[in-house]
Amino acid sequence: MKINIKINNLNKTFNIDNYGISLLDLLRREGYKSVKKGCDTGTCGVCTVLLDGKPILSCSLLAIKANGHEVTTVEGVSEEAKIIAEYITAEGGDQCGFCGPGLVMAIMGLKNENLEINSESVKEYLAGNLCRCSGYEAQHRGIMKYLEVEK
Amino acid sequence: MKEVKKSIPKVDGVGLLMGKPAYTNDLAPQDALIVKILRSPHPFAKIISINTDEALSIEGVECILTHKDFPKKIFTRAGQGYPEPSPYDKFVLDEYVRYVGDEVAAVAAINEEVAEKALKKIKVEYELFEPVLDFKKAKDSKIIHFEKEAHSMFEIGFNPERNIAASYNMNVGNVEEELKKCDVVVESKYYTQPQAHVMLEPMVATSFIDYMGRLNVITATQVPFHIRRILSNVLNLSINKIRVIKPRIGGGFGGKQAIHGEPYVAMVTLKTGKPAKIIYTRKEVFEATYSRHEMEFNIKIGADKDGLIKAIDVDVLSNTGAYGEHALTVFMVAGSKTLPLYNKVNAVRFGGDVVYTNLTPAGAYRGYGAIQGNFALESVIDELAEKLKISPVEIRTKNMIKEGETSPIFKIMGEGREGVEMNIQSCKLDYCVKRGMELIKWNEKYPKKAYGNKIRSVGMAIAMQGSGIADIDMGSAILKLNDDGSFNLLVGATDLGTGSDTILSQIAAETLGVSTDKIIPYSSDTDLTPFDTGAYASSTTYVSGNSVRIAAENMKKMILEEGSKNLGTDKVHFNGEEIIRDDNKNKISLKQLSELLYYSMNQKQLVADGSYVGKKSPPPYMASFVEIELDTETGKVEVINFVSVVDCGTPINPNLAKVQVEGALVQGIGMTLYEDINFSNGKMRNNTLMTYRIPDRRDVKKLTVEFAESYEPSGPYGAKSVGEIGIDTPPAAIANAIFNATGVRIRSLPITPEKVFKAMEMKK
Repeated sequence: MKINIKINNLNKTFNIDNYGISLLDLLRREGYKSVKKGCDTGTCGVCTVLLDGKPILSCSLLAIKANGHEVTTVEGVSEEAKIIAEYITAEGGDQCGFCGPGLVMAIMGLKNENLEINSESVKEYLAGNLCRCSGYEAQHRGIMKYLEVEK
Repeated sequence: MKEVKKSIPKVDGVGLLMGKPAYTNDLAPQDALIVKILRSPHPFAKIISINTDEALSIEGVECILTHKDFPKKIFTRAGQGYPEPSPYDKFVLDEYVRYVGDEVAAVAAINEEVAEKALKKIKVEYELFEPVLDFKKAKDSKIIHFEKEAHSMFEIGFNPERNIAASYNMNVGNVEEELKKCDVVVESKYYTQPQAHVMLEPMVATSFIDYMGRLNVITATQVPFHIRRILSNVLNLSINKIRVIKPRIGGGFGGKQAIHGEPYVAMVTLKTGKPAKIIYTRKEVFEATYSRHEMEFNIKIGADKDGLIKAIDVDVLSNTGAYGEHALTVFMVAGSKTLPLYNKVNAVRFGGDVVYTNLTPAGAYRGYGAIQGNFALESVIDELAEKLKISPVEIRTKNMIKEGETSPIFKIMGEGREGVEMNIQSCKLDYCVKRGMELIKWNEKYPKKAYGNKIRSVGMAIAMQGSGIADIDMGSAILKLNDDGSFNLLVGATDLGTGSDTILSQIAAETLGVSTDKIIPYSSDTDLTPFDTGAYASSTTYVSGNSVRIAAENMKKMILEEGSKNLGTDKVHFNGEEIIRDDNKNKISLKQLSELLYYSMNQKQLVADGSYVGKKSPPPYMASFVEIELDTETGKVEVINFVSVVDCGTPINPNLAKVQVEGALVQGIGMTLYEDINFSNGKMRNNTLMTYRIPDRRDVKKLTVEFAESYEPSGPYGAKSVGEIGIDTPPAAIANAIFNATGVRIRSLPITPEKVFKAMEMKK
């Protein structure tokens, strides 16, 4: 079947013959290499993208379910992503970087919501974005600085 | 120092966070065949027959490999120096399977769906054997490795007839006699569980034949040069026909210090001539790569009534699972990276066996033996203090190693062989303890305070590690001057996320006197970069860092020499931008000089190299203090603040060093409180991230990491390593805090609420 997804502000049409394909696999197949695959069970967060502005796990959404929706990957928001990345790298919180693009998208999702920003609410919101390298603290320092300065 | 001791951001950080294609799977050829492995559902069996006819007939299946398709070359998956101190006990594909997840066959197909369909159509007939599943009963039970080809490269105590992969025994003085003379003796048994690495990028490898007919392998590995050597052996292909490229890696922690999917993609490419790619599922990462060695310690320690420790006796049993990767070395490190902490003893004994079982193999994992040994030793030290009625701080301060001292163990125990003698030229452990006490407010908080059903308490532990493996680990570097005065830095060292590309660039810049942005690093490509043993054993900053320093010194000499020719005198100096006559009469910028060198005069490319092998392995040291909150109604333990003060010599990049420690602490806290691999009849029960939980950001309340002012004369700009040490202290520090809270001692990891609660009930 044919599906239409607006990806990073561009309308795209894809032919889907395997109805079981996840949005993650479709995105990677189509060259959006920022979207990583880490766990197969929707638990690590490295495949996070925005669906209509909200962070979702692209591994856990069938591509056909994104039909008619808007998907944003980090490639589509590179200016803002660069700013976030600079805050995190300034603290040394990037390390292997594999969780980075997914984390950046979750942070953008967090910014889109009208949440009260404090240390606890930020940790809670981003809890699904795992990182095994940094121990989270350096990331957290960078994220809090970004949110406080950029709000 | 201008460029080192400076927290510049990682050179690759922003690009990675912006999602630029950089990892193996991003760079794999689009048309690569997808390789999937059929894995054994049985812990121990012989393959009687494999029928692949139906699977091969599926459209899109290109080839299926079984044990008949690989040369019968026995090897070890461990990516170590050569000859390896791990037994050669594995074939890439074998007619025997020795754990649930062991490889049976490999399928290559045009896509994942077809490959998976084909896997289901392969018919395998097995003869089942009784598996060995309890490591405490493994010795002298049913033999797991009976293949005649199995052997060790040198004497490691390999004794497959007894199910022993390696064994080791050492002693200094007479432990029995010394213990008899002691006023106080403590004897205890400790257990540490298998732990999973959970690096976020799974194992992934891709291969293709290039236009020169050579096999190219791009792989997420910590050890590209070892991969090339091992592939050459198992494929019967000479080293010069193989190129191994390491792109960015999504974490490793030792999990990628071995060969995993590389032989399968390589063989598919050799057979079909087509590119191939393998990506491990998370389940495969759990079940079919490897985990931390499970260990049991029987430890005896004795002291006089003044609290001076006189003798330590450690007997260890380690479980290597179905294959013996790192069996001996991890075992030895459990002693060699813990026992020298208490160097004033009269007698030490350390020894035991590493046994085979029919479980997922154990292998290299950050902390590598040290964390296991540290839990046992640093817990028993607190037990001894309790018996002597002195504080945990006092017993350590009295007995621990100090700057300028040594330990006979350094010479006796290396990794897999004898060690090297060394005097400790940098050790600020006394400062680390003092500062850690201040930061946690030990004197106010020790031992505990109760608040209703909650108890807050503190505990501590100290640790040491090493900096590379002395006389074995080798690093090398090449610097090339470009025609704009910038430099390419080519290193075999493998940045797996630690920031070593950045740190090595800082070292090169410092030596040359230029700014770090003038250095363009490129790491780990066996065709392009010089040799390096790889990123493990906390070696990169120390070993590879020294090689970079040497290369940069050589480059500086060349620049001065060419500058002298240009300026017509030997008396010149280089300030990072210009080469200037000492009498200030003339000067030339590096950019002008390089333009002249390459385009018009004395045309000559400036290339410098440097190699280094550590003549010793100076330990970093640390003292950790933890504050916990323990719920007496549930036994739940929460880490409120974890304070670590670390002596890693000069931190080349303080931010990156700090994050190395913070990340390691959180991994250690996970291992202490809940990470645990469980097996049921040989099958891993928690083989997903749903069932194997690692810490998330809510679990981290507060981490406080500081560095001691320290300088290691043998390190580049005074640096020692910092990659592993951070993981070592959480188990003992937290267990000690739990004892201080409750009087209950938990001697087996992980320390679950259930264990704490039950122990408290028993005590009532």
